[in-house]
Amino acid sequence: MQGLDFSIVPEYWPLIGKGLWWTVVISATSAVLSVVAGIGFALLVLYAPPVLRYPVRAFMWLFMGTPLLLQLFLIYFGLVQVGIDIPALWSGIIGLSLHFAVYNADIFRAGIASLDKGQTEAARSLGFGAWRTRVYILVPQALRNTVPAIGNMMIALLKESSIVSMIGIAELVHSAQLVISETYRPFEFYLTAAALYYVLNLVLEAILRGIERKVELSR
Amino acid sequence: MNDIRPMIEVRGAQKFFGPLEVLKGIDFSVARGQIVAVIGPSGSGKSTLLRSLNHLETLDGGEVWLDGVKVNQTLGRRAFERHINGVRQQMGMVFQHFNLFPHLSVSENITIAPIRLKGMARAEARALALKMLDKVGLADKIDAVPARLSGGQKQRVAIARALAMQPKVMLFDEATSALDPELVDEVNLVMKQLAGEHMTMVIVTHEMRFAAEVADRVIFMADGAVVEEGSPAELFRNPKQERTRSFLKKFLNG
Repeated sequence: MQGLDFSIVPEYWPLIGKGLWWTVVISATSAVLSVVAGIGFALLVLYAPPVLRYPVRAFMWLFMGTPLLLQLFLIYFGLVQVGIDIPALWSGIIGLSLHFAVYNADIFRAGIASLDKGQTEAARSLGFGAWRTRVYILVPQALRNTVPAIGNMMIALLKESSIVSMIGIAELVHSAQLVISETYRPFEFYLTAAALYYVLNLVLEAILRGIERKVELSR
Repeated sequence: MNDIRPMIEVRGAQKFFGPLEVLKGIDFSVARGQIVAVIGPSGSGKSTLLRSLNHLETLDGGEVWLDGVKVNQTLGRRAFERHINGVRQQMGMVFQHFNLFPHLSVSENITIAPIRLKGMARAEARALALKMLDKVGLADKIDAVPARLSGGQKQRVAIARALAMQPKVMLFDEATSALDPELVDEVNLVMKQLAGEHMTMVIVTHEMRFAAEVADRVIFMADGAVVEEGSPAELFRNPKQERTRSFLKKFLNG
């Protein structure tokens, strides 16, 4: 049995740190995009005319019913065949964003649908049109009410972002693998990567708790 | 100049919920500055009638006019949306369950419509909110959030919110029905004050004493029709219809 030796970890920190950085960049970008797109999808599914609504709904089902890994492969390797060549980094970000946007959309849709009918009536009675009612009254409330559920999705997104390593993006897991192929020290470096994910999630949870508390205070 | 044209005119209002005819061809009008109370048993159609005045309910037949403008016009979808939004800005509505916007502060609840719909500047809107809150006795709550208010305070803010659009008419849909008994008076007081300022008001209510006190005219509805209408004195002390008598008797005993 080979003894465990964590003392070699600092030596590879520049590479691991770079991977950590890209994990943060990819996750943060995808998180923002998935929330924005999620709101968009939710509004389309709820309010768009049928010609738009049904395709969007079908698209959402497709993304919910298939693995993220397959979606990434399709975007990165598959689309090239039809002439759409998206760089790996953007393929990863687009895949993650769409995958989670679909889940976020479902949460937002339920959040909007669960609002009291009186909110719409009050807004309409003041003279707000249908879209202004959604923009100023319904969506902000749905956003507030869904902070905990969306937060959970964002924690999942951060962890699932490791899958983009499969299309060659040098994020945290990919960097760890590079280091391991050089050092043959899988335990030390996978554990280091795991510890870093854990720390990232602690930070994310703290941020989410801060948002939740802010929302809670104004209730 | 005295404008004799009625502020609100309803002709032949008819409404079905499925096979059920909830408004059976109702006619009534409200003069400028008049206060009309609509009473009747639950299910009589009084709330539906009120909600059809600002088109929250779509009538299946009949006409509604506000200050000489037909409310339920036949227009294309977009044109009607523009038209009805304009009409609604002139009719304030107060709901049984207040329906304040919980994500906004008291001041934002009041200013959002003037700012977003009338393009009012923020500072001006806030001054207006303060003025309206002062009117309902809640100037000190301008920066509170709705969740921190009592039911009576919420309803007074809702009244201030509607008044901030400077409506021609105020519609009250059982404004005190959801309130604890000890909170009813503070809301009634605000409504009485509005009556004193000659605001045109249509009040759907279960409170006979309040209706008698504040209304110029009382309409008694049952089963989707107006059974009887008259001054509070006539209708409450000397009802002509048997249906009215039995309703009032049940109400006074209950």
